[in-house]
Amino acid sequence: MSALRRLVARDLVLAIRAGGGAALALAFFAAVATLVPLGVGPDLKLLVRIAAGVLWVAAVLAALLSLDRLFQADFEDGSLDLMALSPLSLEAVALAKIAAHWLSTGLPLTLIAAVLAVAYGLPASGTVALVASLLIGTPAVSAIGGIGAALTLSIRRGGLILPFIVLPLIAPVVIFGSGAVLAELDGLANGALWFLAAFSLLAVALSPFAAAAGVRLNLGS
Amino acid sequence: MFTLANPKHFMAASGKILPWLAAVTAVLFAAGLTLALSVPPDYQQGDAVRIMFLHVPAAWVAMMAYGLMALAAAAGLILRQPLADVAVKTAAPLGAVFTALGLITGSLWGRPMWGAFWVWDGRLTSFLLLLFLYLGVMALGNAIEDETRAARAAGILAIVGAVNLPIIHFSVTWWTTLHQGASILKKGGPAIAPVFLWPLAVMALAYTMLFVTLWIVRIRTTILERKAAVLRITGRA
Repeated sequence: MSALRRLVARDLVLAIRAGGGAALALAFFAAVATLVPLGVGPDLKLLVRIAAGVLWVAAVLAALLSLDRLFQADFEDGSLDLMALSPLSLEAVALAKIAAHWLSTGLPLTLIAAVLAVAYGLPASGTVALVASLLIGTPAVSAIGGIGAALTLSIRRGGLILPFIVLPLIAPVVIFGSGAVLAELDGLANGALWFLAAFSLLAVALSPFAAAAGVRLNLGS
Repeated sequence: MFTLANPKHFMAASGKILPWLAAVTAVLFAAGLTLALSVPPDYQQGDAVRIMFLHVPAAWVAMMAYGLMALAAAAGLILRQPLADVAVKTAAPLGAVFTALGLITGSLWGRPMWGAFWVWDGRLTSFLLLLFLYLGVMALGNAIEDETRAARAAGILAIVGAVNLPIIHFSVTWWTTLHQGASILKKGGPAIAPVFLWPLAVMALAYTMLFVTLWIVRIRTTILERKAAVLRITGRA
């Protein structure tokens, strides 16, 4: 257990310090979210309707930006071979990396989205629903993205192919994540959050196995 | 089954049945298309109902192909069968074409019936995602140089992506927007007149046989290509 915690802490430090890219992903998220109102115009009525969709799409793209290096950096300098040889199973390594990615990207994205939601004119109830949906849904983005990162870790231009293979799998998260906010705004019964929670739990529970299989395959063992 | 997985046995057996498969496919298509053109026009849809005989089987086969591809991927990962790896790699482009065919015929049918080529309805969207999944499996398989690794990586993606199949099937129940609900496989029997059901069944069989035939041709071609590559490298060609 402590090895797992150490691995999470190591990856977190690497992500947060210079060159890790976590801060860049957050800046990218804020930049995209700022660009959309400039593109579609400052009509608040329209912005309220599209806020959840825009913020969700921007959050997923920002998370994907930093995903391609999830295993690749350790693969290139040989650390991944050592982790594979360590008593920690590759499934646990994958889970630790996914957790570190969420803590350094998904969680701060959620916090920034709360501020941006206000700028988009979302009412308090809508903002709460958006933050809840991001909090529940972003772990699934990190987990499913982890599968893609593991499968593409030996490809030199993996950063281009990763979003393409992962986006269809992440689509349900975006659908139900922004759907939960729209249902809240319209005062409808809100089952989307429950579905999102179920999907997210399933993704986080099963993805480490698929990601570990991908790593094993690329390490050639 | 396992002796068939040996490429040599597979080549011999598939070579024998391939002409028959092709002939059966041609006969089924001839019969299916004749039936499809001879049914009376629908009382509401008119002649446009005939698009159904091209659209519905394409969509079915596109989903069946994905299921078969995921099964082949599982066999490749569990049994380490090179033939299963080839089956995954060759099924993806075929499935993508059937998916595209389903989408195109669907939008051509949607225009006169719904008044729009495309709507963001649950069934349509999940089917579009199926196309992207196929393209993703193809892209991943092509991006990795080592043949075995490429096939296994594509296989893992294919298995993970199989979660989309039940979503497509139940999408018309979960989101009741525009695409009609289940009409064939439903409680209380098909909600479609028998005159239309027969041509549909024949066309479904024809599409399925077409997929199987093309799949076998592609697997055979890949095996032959690899043999040729080996001969070229060893300088025996």
